[in-house]
Amino acid sequence: MSKFDHLRGVPGSRSRLAAQVWEGARVEADPAEVPEPSDVRVPDHLRATIEHHISLYPDRRSAVLPALSAVQREHGWLSPEAMLQVAAVMQFSPAYLESVASFYDMLELEPVGTHTIFMCTNLSCQMRGAQDVLAALSEATGSPVGGSSPDGMFRLRAFECLGACDIAPMASIEGHYRGPLTVADATVIADHLRAGGAAAEVLPQKLPTAGKPAVGLDEGQAQ
Amino acid sequence: MSSAGGILLKHVDVPDLNRIETYERVGGYAALRKAITEMTGDQVLKELEASGLRGRGGAGFSMGKKASFLPHGQIQKYLCCNADESEPGTFKDRELMHRNPHQLIEGVLIAAYAADITHAFIYIRGEYEEEADILDAAVTEAYTRGYVGDSILGTGFGCPLVVHRGAGAYICGEETALLDSLEGKRGNPRLKPPFPANQGLYQGPTLINNVETLSNVPHIIANGADWFRKFGTERSPGTKVVSVSGCVQRPGNYEIELGVSSRDIIYGLAGGPPEGRRVKAWFPGGSSAPVLTEEHLDLPYDFEHMAEAGSMLGSGAIIVVDDSVPIVSVALRLAEFYRHESCGKCVPCREGTNWTVKMLERVDRGEATPMDLDVMTDVQTNIIGNCLCLLGDSMAMPVGSMIAKFRGEFEAHIEEAARSQFAVRRSPEDGPISLSDEAGLSVPATDEAA
Repeated sequence: MSKFDHLRGVPGSRSRLAAQVWEGARVEADPAEVPEPSDVRVPDHLRATIEHHISLYPDRRSAVLPALSAVQREHGWLSPEAMLQVAAVMQFSPAYLESVASFYDMLELEPVGTHTIFMCTNLSCQMRGAQDVLAALSEATGSPVGGSSPDGMFRLRAFECLGACDIAPMASIEGHYRGPLTVADATVIADHLRAGGAAAEVLPQKLPTAGKPAVGLDEGQAQ
Repeated sequence: MSSAGGILLKHVDVPDLNRIETYERVGGYAALRKAITEMTGDQVLKELEASGLRGRGGAGFSMGKKASFLPHGQIQKYLCCNADESEPGTFKDRELMHRNPHQLIEGVLIAAYAADITHAFIYIRGEYEEEADILDAAVTEAYTRGYVGDSILGTGFGCPLVVHRGAGAYICGEETALLDSLEGKRGNPRLKPPFPANQGLYQGPTLINNVETLSNVPHIIANGADWFRKFGTERSPGTKVVSVSGCVQRPGNYEIELGVSSRDIIYGLAGGPPEGRRVKAWFPGGSSAPVLTEEHLDLPYDFEHMAEAGSMLGSGAIIVVDDSVPIVSVALRLAEFYRHESCGKCVPCREGTNWTVKMLERVDRGEATPMDLDVMTDVQTNIIGNCLCLLGDSMAMPVGSMIAKFRGEFEAHIEEAARSQFAVRRSPEDGPISLSDEAGLSVPATDEAA
């Protein structure tokens, strides 16, 4: 019996990765082992991307966030396999990577739907009806807020301020900012993505201050 | 003044401004050339100090002075541009980067030259994927033209520039948390001192400036500190891009001279609240600033007057709340935000934000008493100044100010919510309740229970 057996099933050890760590736990070894590079198969392009990021910084640790983002794009989420791949290339323990990943909102430690929609629900959006749009999006995509749709198509989250209060209420659809949204737009977005349309092409993009002149100093004081 | 379009947003309507040819055509990179080929680093630094440019990220500290704190001599120094714009209500940096990325890059390089820094980073929040792509493309263009890299414009000065994307954490806008995040760790703030100017990124001296601050730098070097001082006020020189949002008719970014009246911004530029509504409360500097009310609308909008009124200019994000919005819901939404974003390192912030949310929920449900408002105020005062960073304070200040300024509304909200709760609990069998008029309670009906 392993020294750590009694810890199985503690909160935080729910993932397969954690299970592996417990299974493999040896009293004499550091449980947070760095995988041998030769033990883990990493796709060439992924390895090249991670190594490129490492080359940009004086310290390889700085490339952790770019590497995790890259591997998440590849796998859809930070699966145990994805974590092992980053760990093998960067030579950090998977436990360290998970400790970093769990801090950041955009890194997913559970499987999620393919198309990600972040609906801003902070103050400026809320005062302009974000909750109604969020409810409509949830209905149109079939995804509960904070979860994914059963068909695996959508991931819907209520997000904190996305920095686009000028187009409130707004949402980030796979990284593309769209707003001001109405309840009717929810179906348009869901149908577009369901039909395989590119996220960049859903609804017209409204740039900040687009359609109105940049207000000058003189005009500002005249009014 | 002939600059109808301000300083920072002057050329934003020029098509393809994000391309380097266009930027050069409107005079771009001339300031970098002037700084590197005609001036010494110290001269550039003096000019920045003389301009009186104050940091635009929130604290309002003199940018030139901050740069002068970095030690001189042969030591690896770093510059981090803080583009982790996450303060609710703020969206100025997004527009500056989206429309004019080269202005920022030029500013970063001039600032690096002034402080003799040889490695620069732009830390951009992960949600700004479009802006990060635009910046990446712009940096690549600047590399090919020799404005960035190992030997800028053929001189001995070299400074590589890396655009680093975050992954969604408000706290990473705090300068020391930003450094930890950039080092590939969890974004926990560090104990200060040592300040980043002495010991920052990779333990080296580090200069951290906001996007808007650095975007001002090329204009100051091109036109001189005296020119810059002609804008704004004596102690708050220059222009400010304010983001106006919330209950206004024309939300957006407006470049103003510091010192114009707040009413001119909210009513004149942003159109004021919708027809028939009044300004109930407004945040002058993002959601972390204590709220002001209608009576403060005629104050000049600058660092000093906002501070005198008990608030702050902060990031220059004005959020307007009109009289249709219950103040309790504003306080609750903000408290929830700070609870979510607290990194959990310091107890007053981690527990204080959590308890504030719980107490505000009770207020909202009508389960609180007016005494709870005093307890909540007490919680806020016990957060302020007791943590490593200002995140906890950023909740405590606005929530505390809302309770202080709108106490009557909080109490009325508690009373009303309690009354409807009572009606709900009572009614199914009992039918309509008629409470005695002597008690001063008149419950409208029981339709909510049905």
